[in-house]
Amino acid sequence: MSGRLLAVWDWVDARMPSLAEEYRKHMAEYYAPKNFNFWYYFGSLAMLVLAIQIVTGIFLTMHYKPDASLAFGSVEYIMRDVAGGWIIRYIHSTGASAFFIVVYLHMFRGLIYGSYRQPRELVWIFGVLIYLCLMGEAFMGYLLPWGQMSYWGAQVIVNLFGTIPFIGPDLALWIRGDYVVSDATLNRFFAMHVIAIPLALLGLVVVHLLALHDVGSNNPDGIEIKKHKDPKTGHPLDGIPFHPYYTVKDIVGVVVFLAVFCSVLFFAPELGGYFLEYNNFIPADPLKTPTHIAPVWYFTPFYTILRAVPPLFNSQFPGVLAMGLATMILLFLPWLDRGTVKSVRYRGTLYKAWLAAFVVVFLVLGYLGTEPTTVWGQFGFDAFFLDTKDIATWAGRLCTVIYFLFFILMPWYTARDAARPVPERVTP
Amino acid sequence: MQRRLLVWAFASALFAALVPPAAASEAGYRLDRSPHDPNDLVSLQSGARLFVNYCLNCHGAQFMRYNRLTDIGLSESQIRDNLMFAAEKVGETMKVALGAKEGKDWFGVPPPDLSVIARSRGADWLYTYLRTFYRDSRTGSGWNNAVFPNAAMPHALWKLQGERALEVAQVKDLAGHVVPEYRWSQLTPGTLGAVQYDTAVRDLVNFLVYVGEPSGQSRKRIGVIVLFVLGVLFVFAYALKKNYWKDIH
Repeated sequence: MSGRLLAVWDWVDARMPSLAEEYRKHMAEYYAPKNFNFWYYFGSLAMLVLAIQIVTGIFLTMHYKPDASLAFGSVEYIMRDVAGGWIIRYIHSTGASAFFIVVYLHMFRGLIYGSYRQPRELVWIFGVLIYLCLMGEAFMGYLLPWGQMSYWGAQVIVNLFGTIPFIGPDLALWIRGDYVVSDATLNRFFAMHVIAIPLALLGLVVVHLLALHDVGSNNPDGIEIKKHKDPKTGHPLDGIPFHPYYTVKDIVGVVVFLAVFCSVLFFAPELGGYFLEYNNFIPADPLKTPTHIAPVWYFTPFYTILRAVPPLFNSQFPGVLAMGLATMILLFLPWLDRGTVKSVRYRGTLYKAWLAAFVVVFLVLGYLGTEPTTVWGQFGFDAFFLDTKDIATWAGRLCTVIYFLFFILMPWYTARDAARPVPERVTP
Repeated sequence: MQRRLLVWAFASALFAALVPPAAASEAGYRLDRSPHDPNDLVSLQSGARLFVNYCLNCHGAQFMRYNRLTDIGLSESQIRDNLMFAAEKVGETMKVALGAKEGKDWFGVPPPDLSVIARSRGADWLYTYLRTFYRDSRTGSGWNNAVFPNAAMPHALWKLQGERALEVAQVKDLAGHVVPEYRWSQLTPGTLGAVQYDTAVRDLVNFLVYVGEPSGQSRKRIGVIVLFVLGVLFVFAYALKKNYWKDIH
């Protein structure tokens, strides 16, 4: 640093020493395990996408009109007449899907290396809350372009709340602010999307990081680097300062991520209807229900669970409950796992088999949610227990059961699992 | 090894889920692949002429400004002299006088705005739809469509294509499944031959695709530059990382 810059820094440091202290605590002297692999890029990438969404979101709000009669047109205005508007809008729409891809991979990392285990339970719980906020943020944001899928998707999801016994109908009315999704709904969803949920998200990201930096990062071996410290310096022997080592490494990850991100953004912003649904280029019409209402891909695993559960006493509530539980059950993961080791590297075949089944089932659930239930045809025979002959619905049911069994049976199979010995120090 | 397998399994499952199924219309009529070329300015200009002459009477493109057509190689005076039948100023959007209420009274449904029709329907659908009108005495307009049965729209391009009839026969295919076979016959000739008509529809679809996303071509151009810059940046970022990490084992 040049002399003048250093003088300014000294001036600030004399008045606000906590600034330098926080920098040391979270960057220069935050010791992270030196064996982070591919899966460890997605935490910093999630922060990058959050920043991208906030910045592009600010520019979009300058031109977007949260009004049922103007919203659709204002998005097209952004796409055509606002200078650079199309690029801002595509960054934001691609960013929404990218956020979920990055977060799903980040969560998967936590799952395979046991990053949710003691002492990181709070880090995990804050993370799950971030994920729930993200779902709310994505759902409310998706209404804003006011296309057919925006409208009917919101109609369907708000009606889910309407199935809750006793309070349901009033609750749905309270959420919408009207008897159907309407201008009132659009306005409040806009407020939630641009102010309320982003604030909650930012707060949760802060506590997620604070909790992480208090206990220290896990690593692919699932062992604690703080057990072996340099007696002179007191730093973990297998730890390296986050800055500069992981900052320069994450920059590589950021560049690769941006290359993938920009490939979608510039060459396939709709990504075959998965990132921007074709039907959403039809303005919302409250009188015309589309034949096939599909949520955006990141909700589809849970949508399949919703559709898989048969109604009880003419109420869809069991499906809604199953869908809610499917996300909430993640909060209990730290206490469901009774394994003696954290990382999948040292787990036995029993756990690995369950994990593999879970991954397959989650992807199949996700795929089925994008398609009508007739996608795999129908059973050729009839039986008294077949309430529907759609093969895909039954496949969805099977996957739903396995999804829940992965969690419910976890205390049993993780305790019985024959783990391999864990090394004392991290391996490359 | 195991990790690599897991990554591959994950990536291939994701890829399998993303491959779109073969396209067919809701009526089951197989869609033809649209041969439009967004770089072909002659085709785009021909499509613009067809659009303002045949579509822009009932359908608007209310988010599209006339002067934006400079994108497809036209000057503002060319636009003003040849394409502006329904507007005064070149900065106006492509609106029509037909209101939603009259549209509903006359056709049953108001003719939809065509600004982003290519984005909701897709080019293949439009290309096939505009080529599969046939005479049908059972409908109010006297026209019907193979892709979009009982479409409210009459065949606006009928003078170009001429009148055609369609007979759908149920035949058995090689596997023994009963499938519809579409038999087309020309009742009266149009001013264009069959190939010329297909070319005209291609131009019109090309234009509609352009109108759906006027920045589509510059998007791809900018994308190439951005990816190149990121490629260069990667070399430096990777070298920086290697250099910092050379002592970490």
